[in-house]
Order: sequence, then structure tokens, then C-alpha cells
Amino acid sequence: MNRIDQRFADLKAQSRKALIPYITAGDPAPAYTVGLLHALVESGADILELGIPFSDPMADGPVIQKACERALVHGTRLAHVLDMVDEFRQSDTQTPIVLMGYLNPIERMGFEAFAARCEQVGVDGVLVVDMPPEEADELTACLKPRGVHTIYLVAPTTSETRAATIGRHGAGYLYYVSLKGVTGAATLDVTAVEKQLNSLRRFSDLPLCVGFGIRDGQSAAAVAQVADGVIVGSALVSQIADNAEHIEAIAPALKAVLSDMRQAMDS
Amino acid sequence: MSMPTQADKASKFSDLAQQPDSRGHFGPYGGRFVSETLSFALEELEKVYASLRDDPEFQADFDYDLKHYVGRPSPLYHADRWSRELGGAQIWLKREDLNHTGAHKVNNTIGQALLAKKAGKPRVIAETGAGQHGVATATVAARLGLKCDIYMGAEDVERQKLNVYRMRLLGANVIAVESGSRTLKDAMNEAMRDWVTNVDDTFYIIGTVAGPHPYPEMVRDFNAVVGREARRQSLEQIGRLPDALIACVGGGSNAMGLFYPFLQDEEVAMYGVEAGGKGLETGQHAAPLNAGQPGVLHGNRTYLMSDEGGQIIDTHSISAGLDYPGVGPEHAWLKDVGRVNYVTANDDKVLEAFRELTHVEGIMPALESAHALAYAKVLAPTMRTDEHLIVNLSGRGDKDILTVAKIDGIEF
Ligand SMILES: Cc1ncc(COP(=O)(O)O)c(C=O)c1O
Repeated sequence: MNRIDQRFADLKAQSRKALIPYITAGDPAPAYTVGLLHALVESGADILELGIPFSDPMADGPVIQKACERALVHGTRLAHVLDMVDEFRQSDTQTPIVLMGYLNPIERMGFEAFAARCEQVGVDGVLVVDMPPEEADELTACLKPRGVHTIYLVAPTTSETRAATIGRHGAGYLYYVSLKGVTGAATLDVTAVEKQLNSLRRFSDLPLCVGFGIRDGQSAAAVAQVADGVIVGSALVSQIADNAEHIEAIAPALKAVLSDMRQAMDS
Repeated sequence: MSMPTQADKASKFSDLAQQPDSRGHFGPYGGRFVSETLSFALEELEKVYASLRDDPEFQADFDYDLKHYVGRPSPLYHADRWSRELGGAQIWLKREDLNHTGAHKVNNTIGQALLAKKAGKPRVIAETGAGQHGVATATVAARLGLKCDIYMGAEDVERQKLNVYRMRLLGANVIAVESGSRTLKDAMNEAMRDWVTNVDDTFYIIGTVAGPHPYPEMVRDFNAVVGREARRQSLEQIGRLPDALIACVGGGSNAMGLFYPFLQDEEVAMYGVEAGGKGLETGQHAAPLNAGQPGVLHGNRTYLMSDEGGQIIDTHSISAGLDYPGVGPEHAWLKDVGRVNYVTANDDKVLEAFRELTHVEGIMPALESAHALAYAKVLAPTMRTDEHLIVNLSGRGDKDILTVAKIDGIEF
């Protein structure tokens, strides 16, 4: 069974919601990523989203753009990101990992080669931000036979027709983008999100996880009331940015933010 | 993908003009590779465009503006003296430089601004490199009373001060983009980010035949007036179709505009000229069709300049308008099927052509257009004097005077 499916099954049995942190691989430098992933698991992460840095992160706000720039300065490329997952798996065989990024680095590596390496190192899901289901056949044909899920975004503006298409193609979970705009944008309206999620459930049985605009224990707990999982990105990545000159302070800072969310969600 | 045989090619020409398919694909290129957050905006745009493209009233408004505001049709001018100097084919210049605002770019901004108006969007945004598309957008926004924000790489804001001021005089707000390489591609990223955030009241006017479907098709359609006129003028003035067409290729809108109405005319050869910069061998160029490989950027699959890890790399060209790491997907397709020949012209040859046309014909071309002229200098002498060549003079060179002066060691 895919680790993501296993994890959601376990969480459901415990009536708990998934906490899904995102960091960009190679930020602030490649040597630290694996350590930070372990730190996130220690502070309560259920699933890890690991960003593949890209020179042109069109759907991201300034916080994650800067993270990509920091990672790229150090030469972090997709091949290294996959190596990091390999290293992480040496001591953690349980926590699901989702790679999140843009299509061009994957296309350049080659869909077959990428999918084979994903299976080999233990990647459980792939979310390609600029690959909607209509354009996904080729990559999915490589990932699916290897048990790697293709995960999709759903937006507040997604039409019912599209929601149905996405529901049909998606696997693992659906990533509901809670607001219009790019990552790191302002606060979110939980009532509106609940309404949207309810209508989404008509199109899919997949767990619904909400991202964009979750920054602290309070917003995480509020979203956890209505969703199956909570995704937190910019709030963590900005901690890395703030501490980029004090590497040793990064892991404790991430742990503080994430533990706070975990507590708020579970209480 | 297997390369088509000669026989396939001939039969394929007949449906080249049928591209793209309903989802915006030109063969394996094009499409709509965007975040789900943008899908709604693009679906909405596609609907608006589909409902208006064949609407006689919309077409009449568009034609009226092109005639009375832009000054169309633009002349097809016989560069008699230059042709004689080069000693080969007769060279004809399609004078897009004479358009209002000085380039072909306005054909497209007129069309898209009309769409914005029909769609009830009070605000338009655009990306710009050299500033020509920004100026053309600010111009139509001023005329239609639309709020206008222009994204421009911080590097380009510095390089193109005159156009920045021009846009500001026209009432546009110019936003300097500090992310990434601080050039055109980053301006486009930022405009997309603005659009997903403000989609309710904002229309994004993309300046070339790139971006997600339906932009490549729509921008081509608006610029195809260039080729339709050139075809008609050619029949009138030459008495037959030309033997070859030449246009510079940045994103590829002036080239697509000229080429499209001729795609099925098998006897007409076509040349798209990319920016060779300091030479392909130096890596300092902007020639994805000649030296890149297929990939995905800005919502479409096309030829790109990227490193082995798939990161987009910096480009170089003497002309800011060609300084872009991608190219419209229709060009990628036309390259693969062999309909258009894509070549390059290096900075030094471009400058030479710029000076030559200015001296010999009294026409100062944009540095972008001078790429097409530089290739005409190569091609014309290989042709007979009774053969005819149309060069798209996509814009005028006023905006480039400071750049050329600087090369000449003159500071104002
Ligand atoms: C005069 C002129 N020609 C050509 C271009 C290149 O664009 P495209 O390849 O879309 O025609 C530009 C872009 O700024 C331009 O200003």
C-alpha cells in the first residue's frame, strides 16, 4: 500500500487530521534538508511535502520564490532532491513524502527516469503545480505503475466540471488551495473553505487537505475542523529565511511552529 | 516523435493553418500548463475569445481601430536601392514600424483591450521587456480608460528608461520586478501572479504568441493582419506571391503574424531569425529553436533554454525584445514539421544591418527587426534578381538610439 493511503487510513482510525509541512529542498543549503525533514517528523508531521526548486516558480509568492533562489544558488537540482529522499529513507521508512514542483525539471530528467528513481528512493506522491490533469497523461503513465500517486490542486475558482475531472485523476489526496493568489497570501475564511470542501466531496472520496494561508496553531486548528489535512508552507519557509544566517536555529524554529500546530489540531 | 518524411511534409502543409487543436496544442507543443488557480481565468478568456472572434461587430470594431487608430494597412515598401546593393532578390519591407506606437505590438493590444472591455474588466496588466508591448498596452488602456499596470524586470527598467517614462506619461503604473534574473521572463511570472490574485477585475494582455492556451492562438490571430495585408499587397504590387518571408523571432508574434496567412502557400519559403547574441557557441544568445530543447515554461510546452537540471537560463541579445528563453509553441511545431527555417543573426551583424538600412533607405529599424534584415543580407544575394523577399520590419529604431549611441561611445 502507498504510504500516503496507509497514513490517511491510520489517521482516520485515530480520528486525527493530517499535518503536512512543506519545505523547499536545498534551502538554505542542500546539506541541511534531510535533517530538517527528520525534525519536522519529530514535531508531528504526518506527511512531508518537499519542494523541487525551480527558477520560475510562477504560482508561488515571494517567500517560496526566495527559498528556490537560496536552493538554486547552491546548485540544488532534481537529481539531488531525489538523493535527499534516498538518504531520508535510510532512517525513516514510514513517513510519506510528496515531491512538489514545476514540470520542466522533471521533463528534462525524462518522465521514465524520474518515475523509476521516485520508486527506487521511496517517493510516494508527486504534485506538479503547472500540470493540470488534462496535460498529465504522459507522466502519470510512468508514475502509476510504480505506485507513485499524482496529486492535484483544486482552487476556489475550479468549476464543477473540472472538479469532477480532477477527482477522477487524483490519487493520495486533493490539495485545496484556500485562496485566490499565490502561496504566502493573506488569511483565510474557514466558513468559505468548509462550503467548498463540502461541494468537493461530491466529486471525490480522496482526503481533502487545505493549504495557503495557514500560519499558526489557531488557523491550523480551525482548518482541521473542516478538512482531512492541513498543509503549511510559507510559515515554515519564512522561518528558514529569517534564520538563514543561523543554521543551528532553523530546526528549533520549525519545530516550534509545527508543534504548536500539532497541539492546537489535536486538542 | 519521428521526423516527417518529405511526402508527409507536403501533405501536412494543407492543415498547418488548422492548428491548434481545441486544447491549444500545436502537435506536441502548446497546451495549458498552469496551476489550477489560473484555470478559471483561462477558461473564461477562452470563452470570451471564442464568442467574439467570429462576431462581425467585434471584427468591425477591431478593423476600425486598426485603420483609424493604428494607421493600417501598413505599406509594403520596395527597398530598391538596398536590393541593388545586395545584388540579388528584390527586398520588400512590411512597414510595421509606421504603426502608431512604432511596432507590430499594437495590433495585438488593440485586440486584447477590446476583449477586456467586452469582458467588463476595468484593469489590464502586461509584461514587457524592451517596453514596446508595455507602451502599446498603456496606449490602448489610456484610450479606453482602463487602469493599467505594467510589469518589467528591474534590469530592463534600468536599460529602457525612455520607454518606462513613456508608459508613465500614458498613465500606466510601471512595476519593477526584482525576482529571478530581473528580466522579461520574471516580469511574465509576476504578471501571472498578479492575475491569479486579481482575476475578478483584471485582464492580462500577453505581448507575444506564448503563454497558456488561448494566448498563442489569439495573439497570432490579432497579428495575422500583417500577413493578410502582405499577401494581398504582394499580389497587387509584385503580381504574384513572394518567394520568401523573413521575420525576427523573440516570442514570435510578428513572425507568426506574417507567416500564418502564407502557411499553405508551399512555394513561399519562410525564415524565422532568432537572436544569436554573441554567437551560439558562446552560450550567450536567445535562440531556443536553434540551441534549446523542448520543455515547459509560462504555461506552454515549447523549445526552451534551460540547463541540464531543467532550470531556465539567462539569455543575451543586443535587443531587449528578443531576450526571452522561450518561444511561441506554434514556432516549435513549424520547426519540427519543417515548414519554417529557423536561423540566427549575431549582435554584430544586426548592428551592421541596422546602420545599413538607415544609410541606404533612410529607414531606422528596431534592433529586433534588424535581425531579420541581417538575414536578408545573407539570403538575398543567393537569389535571382527576379525573385522577391518580404522582410517584416516589425518596429522602428527610435527606442534603440541610446543603445546604439552607447556602443558608439556617445552618452547624452
Ligand atoms: C519591434 C519589435 N520586434 C519584435 C519583437 C519581438 O517580439 P515577437 O517575436 O513577439 O514579435 C519586439 C518585442 O519587443 C519588438 O519590439
